[in-house]
Amino acid sequence: MKIEIIRDLLNADVLCGEDRLSNDVLSACGSDMMSDVLAYVKNQAVLLTGLVNSQVIRTAAMMDMQCVVFVRSKMPSEEMLCLAKECGITVMTSPMRMYEACGKLYSEGLGTGIE
Amino acid sequence: MGEPLVFTYNVDGGDFTSAGQASVMVKKNLNQIGFSPEVIRRVSIAMYEGEINMVIHADGGVATVKVDDNCIEIVLADKGPGIADVEKAMQEGFSTAPDEVRGLGFGAGMGLPNMKRYTDEMSIDSTVGVGTTITMKVNY
Repeated sequence: MKIEIIRDLLNADVLCGEDRLSNDVLSACGSDMMSDVLAYVKNQAVLLTGLVNSQVIRTAAMMDMQCVVFVRSKMPSEEMLCLAKECGITVMTSPMRMYEACGKLYSEGLGTGIE
Repeated sequence: MGEPLVFTYNVDGGDFTSAGQASVMVKKNLNQIGFSPEVIRRVSIAMYEGEINMVIHADGGVATVKVDDNCIEIVLADKGPGIADVEKAMQEGFSTAPDEVRGLGFGAGMGLPNMKRYTDEMSIDSTVGVGTTITMKVNY
């Protein structure tokens, strides 16, 4: 699924990394616990979260993720966006709640990446 | 390879926001050297969890990463409170982190188990009241 399709499905605003909207991603995960993301995620390219701090971006960077989506219209700080740009991560914010956002992407075929 | 490459970082204990900066640097350095994404990911995740632990529990410390001929060694040394029961600390879900840390996305008792999961060798040398040194190796 292209990142721009994710943006459209989630009615999201892209905050940085517009140049990578045509990149393809194969899986996603949703969590507010970064340690869980670090434990269970394999080759997942999108992180949906309601947590807003720099560790979200660093966690995504460690996992080689391409895109972070903040749910419930949460807004990252400028510092977080700088870090995301440095790490080559697209960041967007969606008005949807976590459950709905994950469900939308899953039902459109974006899986978990875990066999 | 001749002399092993060594990177040393001071992990600042005062600021949770900046925790992980050393791991981001290590990731960049290993990338420049040309390691595979899989090896880089394993090293940087293990180190990142360790760095977070040092900030949460030990007011920071020193991280040293050594690139040897066939393995990458990560040594995390702190002068924190030490780990009273290492076996218990290794159990998934066991955590002594304060509640506010959970609000920041950590402290779920996954740090040490994750570090073990992503490395080929891990040893913990800890003395209560003195500090903790964790040594991890990732073979490549």
